[in-house]
Amino acid sequence: MSEPVSYRLPHLSTQPPLLHPAYVSSQKRAPTLPLIRAPHTSSELSGPIFSASSVEPRICDLTRQSSGAPIGERIVVSGKVLDEDARPVRHTLIEIWQANAAGRYLHKKDQHDAPLDPHFTGCGHTLTDDEGRYRFVTVRPGAYPWRNHANAWRPAHIHFSVFGPAFASRLVTQMYFPGDVLQAYDPIFNSIADEAARARLVAGFDWDSTIPETALGFRFDIVLRGSRVTPMEK
Amino acid sequence: MSLVPTSSQTVGPFFSIALGRLCNENIAAGTAAGECMAIAGRVLDGDGMPVPDAVLEIWQADARGIYPRNGEKEDSSTAKGLCGFGRVATNEHGEFRFVSVKPGSGSDTEGREHAPHLLVSIFMRGLLTRLMTRIYFPDEPRNANDLVLGLVPEERRDTLIAKVADRAAGSFQWNVILQGTDETVFFEW
Ligand SMILES: [Fe+2]
Repeated sequence: MSEPVSYRLPHLSTQPPLLHPAYVSSQKRAPTLPLIRAPHTSSELSGPIFSASSVEPRICDLTRQSSGAPIGERIVVSGKVLDEDARPVRHTLIEIWQANAAGRYLHKKDQHDAPLDPHFTGCGHTLTDDEGRYRFVTVRPGAYPWRNHANAWRPAHIHFSVFGPAFASRLVTQMYFPGDVLQAYDPIFNSIADEAARARLVAGFDWDSTIPETALGFRFDIVLRGSRVTPMEK
Repeated sequence: MSLVPTSSQTVGPFFSIALGRLCNENIAAGTAAGECMAIAGRVLDGDGMPVPDAVLEIWQADARGIYPRNGEKEDSSTAKGLCGFGRVATNEHGEFRFVSVKPGSGSDTEGREHAPHLLVSIFMRGLLTRLMTRIYFPDEPRNANDLVLGLVPEERRDTLIAKVADRAAGSFQWNVILQGTDETVFFEW
C-alpha cells in the first residue's frame, strides 16, 4: 500500500463488549482478563488480498444458484465498503450467509422445524468494485427461534464477513432489515450500547436499487477501520 | 470526513455454510521455502469444555519474514507457494490443525526486529467480536526482545508460545483457553 494507514481504536460504545450477559453464550466464552493493548506492526497492517480468480462471479446472485427459483421475497442488497475517511475499499472479499425465507439455515445443526429450500443455499460472495461497491441478489431471510431465553427469536438478518486491506480491518457483522419489531428484543443487536451505531446495522430501503416488478432494494454501507490521517493530525 | 467503523456481530453457529469455502489447513504448498511445521490445538470454554463451533484465521509471513501481498497460493509473488492466510474450523472435539512453514522474523515500523509469530483471529458463537492473538515459538531467543510479547505480563507469556509436540516432525501444540487458569492472552489492536 502506497499511503500509510493508521488504525485507531473505535469508540467503545460503538462496538459490542466481549461479555454481554443477556447473550447467554458469551458468559462461558468471553475472556475474563482485560485485553492487552498493543501497537500495530507490519503483521497487523498487512492482510490477505483475494483476486478475481478466487471468486465465482455468478455466486452473488443467490436466487440463481440452482435449477429453480428459491421461495420468498426477492431482494437486492447493495452498498459500499468504505474506510474511516470515506474512501472506497476496492476489490475486497465479502462473504454472506443467511437463513431461507422460512428462517432455516442449510446447516446440519439447524434444528428449527421449518422447511429447507432445495433451491437456496443462503451463501454468496463477491469482491467490491473500483468504487468499493458490492451487490447481492437474494431472498429476504425469515426470523428464527433460538434458545437464548424463553421464546427468543432472532430478527431477520444477513451475516457479512469483510476483509479490507489488513488484519486490523477484518470485520464480521450482521445486516438487519428496517421496521423489524424483533430488533428491540434481540440481545445480539442490543449488545451495542450506541443507538446510532446499532441503527447503522439496519439496511435502508432503497428505491434506486429496486428492480421494477422483480425485487425490492436494500442499501447497507460498511465502514472498515483504517484512516490515512493519523489521530495526531486530527 | 470521519466515519465510524461498522459494529461487529457474532458469526453465530452456522458460519460454516459460507466460510467453509475458504477453509484451508495448508497455508503453504509443498513448494514454499522454509521449515515445515504443523500446529494443532483445542479451543476450550470457561467450563473447560471443547468449543466445537469456532473458526480460526491465521495470517503469517514467509520464511524470510515477508508478508505475501496476496492471499492465494497460485500467484503469490512474494513467496512462492505460501498464501499466508489460513482458515480452520474446530471439530466436534474442539480441535483444529494447520500446516505451514515457520515464519521468519521481520521488523516493525521502527525497524526493530520482532520474533517469528503468527497472527490469529478467533470467531465463534458467543463472541460478539473476534478475539485477536499471536502464536510464538519455543526456544526462540528473539522472543526476549519482541515488542508485543514484551507487553504481556511474564507469567502469562506462556499462553502465546506453542509447545513442541514432536520435534522431528516439526509439530507444535497451541491451545486457546477462553477463561480461567491459563487463560490465553488476547490483544486489543
Ligand atoms: Fe444468523
